[in-house]
Amino acid sequence: MARSVTTGAKIGWSIAAWVVALLIFFPILYAVITSLKTEQEAIAGFSLIPSGTFENYITVQTQRDYFKPFMNSVILSVGSTILALIIAIPSAWAMAFAPTKRTKDILMWMLSTKMMPSVAVLLPIFIIFRTFGLLDSRVGLTIMLTLINLPIVVWMLYTYFREIPGEILEAARMDGASLWKEIVYVLTPMAIPGIASTLLLNIILAWNEAFWTIQLTTTNAAPLTAFIASFSSPQGLFWAKLSAASTMAIAPILILGWFSQKQLVRGLTFGAVK
Amino acid sequence: MATQNTRTLARLMMAPSVVVLLIWMAVPLAMTLYYSFQNYNLLTPQNVSFAGFFNYQYFYTDPAFFQSIWNTLLLVLGVLAITVIGGTAIALLIDQPIFGQGIVRILVISPFFVMPPVAALIWKNMIMHPGYGVFADIAKFFGVQPIDWFAQYPLFSVIIIVAWQWLPFATLILLTALQSLDSEQREAAEMDGANFFNRFIYLTIPHLSRAVTVVILIQTIFLLGIYAEILVTTNGGPGYASTNLTFLIYRTARLGYDVGGGAAGGIIAVVLANIVAIFLMRAVGKNLDK
Repeated sequence: MARSVTTGAKIGWSIAAWVVALLIFFPILYAVITSLKTEQEAIAGFSLIPSGTFENYITVQTQRDYFKPFMNSVILSVGSTILALIIAIPSAWAMAFAPTKRTKDILMWMLSTKMMPSVAVLLPIFIIFRTFGLLDSRVGLTIMLTLINLPIVVWMLYTYFREIPGEILEAARMDGASLWKEIVYVLTPMAIPGIASTLLLNIILAWNEAFWTIQLTTTNAAPLTAFIASFSSPQGLFWAKLSAASTMAIAPILILGWFSQKQLVRGLTFGAVK
Repeated sequence: MATQNTRTLARLMMAPSVVVLLIWMAVPLAMTLYYSFQNYNLLTPQNVSFAGFFNYQYFYTDPAFFQSIWNTLLLVLGVLAITVIGGTAIALLIDQPIFGQGIVRILVISPFFVMPPVAALIWKNMIMHPGYGVFADIAKFFGVQPIDWFAQYPLFSVIIIVAWQWLPFATLILLTALQSLDSEQREAAEMDGANFFNRFIYLTIPHLSRAVTVVILIQTIFLLGIYAEILVTTNGGPGYASTNLTFLIYRTARLGYDVGGGAAGGIIAVVLANIVAIFLMRAVGKNLDK
């Protein structure tokens, strides 16, 4: 079945693909390299070989308390994703296993809420948050991130649940399984991979959300997006430190992303591309 | 098949997410609509009065408004063009038999996972900086005057950064679609004497059209709301040269403390987003119902 390919052609294609891939990856690589340079080296012209100092990483922690925004990012992204899953699992379940004529309309409507520009409701949300003392609080931002990712969570779960064959439930029922046993022993094991993919992808989306996290926080609840954005008006030379902070901010999610790239396509295209 | 009981249960199970989203849609939007007809500035909160259509008129006659609409269009279309064309080319390249395909894939999709402020600051400081950036180093190597990207081509610079972030997404989806192309079909075409060019036009492109539609839909949703990349690089400037509609409303509302003006801008943004959404949904609906 395999197409016959000459080794020469394969080498040619490989070189082209690797050059393109390295060019695309280069900004990330260069940030990592710069994080290992001293501030003088960082602005001394192009060089791919750093002196290998870890000082920037230590400085970012001691001077800017890096651990705090990092923990905020973890709490906000994981918290909002779990909250969204709790709300979304029952509805995705109902839509997948007891669809009605209106199910498709409801799904489309949910997707359409994603199209509402965030900035259009910036002021009302700001005023509501201020009234209830939710500005710069983890609780407020968790609610916010839950709301904006909920439509995607419902959609993703729906596309996964829909693929669980309904006949298997009937078979279990015929074998005399109670509803409870049906849920615990038949459905849950089949649903877990879909739920896990949804969890992973939405942690990534929430981690990188950079409108509400910047608008609604100042210091206490500020996650890494807001922390890094605060570096945009620099005092003095700071590129190596910025690179160290950036590297730490993207590393965990980059690794999660590498593992979830297959689910990413399914998830973000709502099952339209597999 | 579904009994009355399961139908009631299904409704109950759907209620939380539907109610939550309904509130999330209706309440802030109603508030925005209300504020858009008020004179309301956060600096003078005691002087609130009915404004009629003044806020809309104010927003609509502001020259920055049309510039921001134009910038939004350029930003969305520019990024879409780069990512769809570039993504197709790269997907075709990776789909060839190559050494280390897995690693190449990982390298190519990585920018998608970089948070917007980090992506923008890496490009601003380390790549495009007129004094110390890599582009400047290259220019100096060839003895050319380095370009001050964010001063001379602010919007284009933002487009480059955003396109870099979204190129992986387009590539990954198009690659997935390519790999689902039936290899027997391709071999049959090869045997019938179709060359690479013909196979691409008559086999690959029709096969990719669905994936391209999806890429355009999803990216447009996110691209209309681009904010952080502008905030940390150009801050909308110089002047309004890189201000999109999102950023203009943010400027009016948060930096000008003008609740009424910001709300009017918000309503205009909602109307525009709906026009785009209807247009897109129709195109996508056609393509997805196959």
